[in-house]
Amino acid sequence: MKKIFFILLLFIAGIKNSYGLIKVDITRGNLDPLPIAVSPLYVDPKSDKLEIFKTAKLGEEISKIVESNFKSTGLFNPLKKESFVQKPDIAHLKPRFEDWRLIKAQALVTGNILVKENQLKAEFRLWDTTASKEMLALSFTTTPANWRRVAHIISDKIYERLTGESGYFDTRIIYVSETGPKGQRIKKLALMDQDGFNTKYLTLGNELVLTPRFNPTNQLVTYMSYFKNMPRVYLLDIETGVQEVVGNFPGMTFAPRFSPDGKKIIMSFAQDGNSDIYSMDLNTRVVEKITNHPSIDTSPSYSPDGKYIAFNSDRSGIQQIYVMRSDGTGVKRVTFGTGLYGTPVWSPRGDLIAFTKVRKGRFYIGVMRTDGSGERLLTENFYQEAPSWSPNGRVLIFYRETKTDSKGKGFSAKLWSIDITGYNERKLKTETDASDPSWSSLLSK
Amino acid sequence: MVLLGTLVLSACSTAKKSVGTMNDVYTGTETVEYLAKGVPDRVFFATNKSSLTTAARDTLRKQATWLRKNKNITVTVEGHADERGTREYNLALGERRANAAKDYLMTYGISGKRISVISYGKERPANPASSPLAYSMNRRSVTVKAN
Repeated sequence: MKKIFFILLLFIAGIKNSYGLIKVDITRGNLDPLPIAVSPLYVDPKSDKLEIFKTAKLGEEISKIVESNFKSTGLFNPLKKESFVQKPDIAHLKPRFEDWRLIKAQALVTGNILVKENQLKAEFRLWDTTASKEMLALSFTTTPANWRRVAHIISDKIYERLTGESGYFDTRIIYVSETGPKGQRIKKLALMDQDGFNTKYLTLGNELVLTPRFNPTNQLVTYMSYFKNMPRVYLLDIETGVQEVVGNFPGMTFAPRFSPDGKKIIMSFAQDGNSDIYSMDLNTRVVEKITNHPSIDTSPSYSPDGKYIAFNSDRSGIQQIYVMRSDGTGVKRVTFGTGLYGTPVWSPRGDLIAFTKVRKGRFYIGVMRTDGSGERLLTENFYQEAPSWSPNGRVLIFYRETKTDSKGKGFSAKLWSIDITGYNERKLKTETDASDPSWSSLLSK
Repeated sequence: MVLLGTLVLSACSTAKKSVGTMNDVYTGTETVEYLAKGVPDRVFFATNKSSLTTAARDTLRKQATWLRKNKNITVTVEGHADERGTREYNLALGERRANAAKDYLMTYGISGKRISVISYGKERPANPASSPLAYSMNRRSVTVKAN
């Protein structure tokens, strides 16, 4: 993962005088998305040649990615480029706001690019066309190979300026790629950009792998593997490819996740028919037993401050969600609705827990407050589970499986996302079938 | 998941007896293989349960008898769940089922050292169909020769 170097970070205008400028409300389903014009970034003709395509096309390609990111939020309506009157280079210097207002654009994005000596310098501006004002101007430099990330960073900065919350476009998703018949699925760890591009496979598919999750810096992944028919939790360094078993347990370990400081892995260990929750410190290797109950305790997830753990247990007779202090004391059941509750995942904002609910043979993804109150079911389907949060806590990604016929045909597993408003349900593009998604944090902060 | 009983009854009335279920537990022989003549390799469970039915105990006693006669054989008991639960919970449930079978074999004199367990959760269905009958075939523990 190459770090992007921000050479300059200029907020030329808008920060102090933001009162009265456009604002997008993301706390509700947005039925009236903001019309935004993304002018193709002007490519400086002095630019060097690129390997992937003609350098002159780069500006347009980047603007298309920005548009696609905006469209995916459901909050913005990127306008068609055919209607644009002003040329990109002129618009970036001084937009003729009447022209943009004429096509009903309320916000305008302009920019330019220079590729020189294996450096890509991008500069962009966000304009409020109604107020005829610049809202944001930013410039940064990276390598040309990172050109898609340039588009994602621009998207994040604009999203942040317009919504007041951090974005989630310069992120990756790790998931399990699936191929083959339902009874003998071949599963590999796969990594892709949030928009489905740059897919990389991290394992070969020789053994079953499940439930990968990022650490807070996105360098490490913890997951479960059946390597040598010993189902265990593993730790993988994405850059070096080095992997190791987590701990020295005499039986199956599963359902791993990192603590919010990245120092521990929390997981379940199953022995003699009983699964309890354990944590292991990655530096000291000290293992702590956190739950001690003859029922199944699994799917643990820390609160973002590290003080609490949510998990599911069938100690009441059926699978329900519980919250306890991170030392295992003060266990409290928080779900009491009809049906089963599982896979609790604490929001990065700390205010909500996302979960899977099963009721009358149907599967729901929902959110609730951390004490179990205010349950909202966002989506219902034949089978779906395992929500993972976008880094800003506004979107959930999960996987969905289809019903098969009497011969087991028609099976598929796909990644989907939905806003916590319950709006904007979308299927994600993946090269193969996919499950167990985990969303990274922002790659550049 | 809890209300499969009614669906199961309708499956029984249309299907042959050998592929039916009783009280949510598969009673047929469709997916069953044999460790030796008259020694079925698997037992079946009710939804979210790991308790052994009378039929399951009967099968496991046959396995124990066979294991006593074949002292050099070691086995792996694979625990499985149907596709109607969350993945992680199903891994735990499969482990619990495999251990229920192992414990029963041990009460009939088979050393725990000869029996290893592994859970596959919902990952390896014996019948890939999405029907209550297929689910009942997949809620199972399977004893396989390990050497």
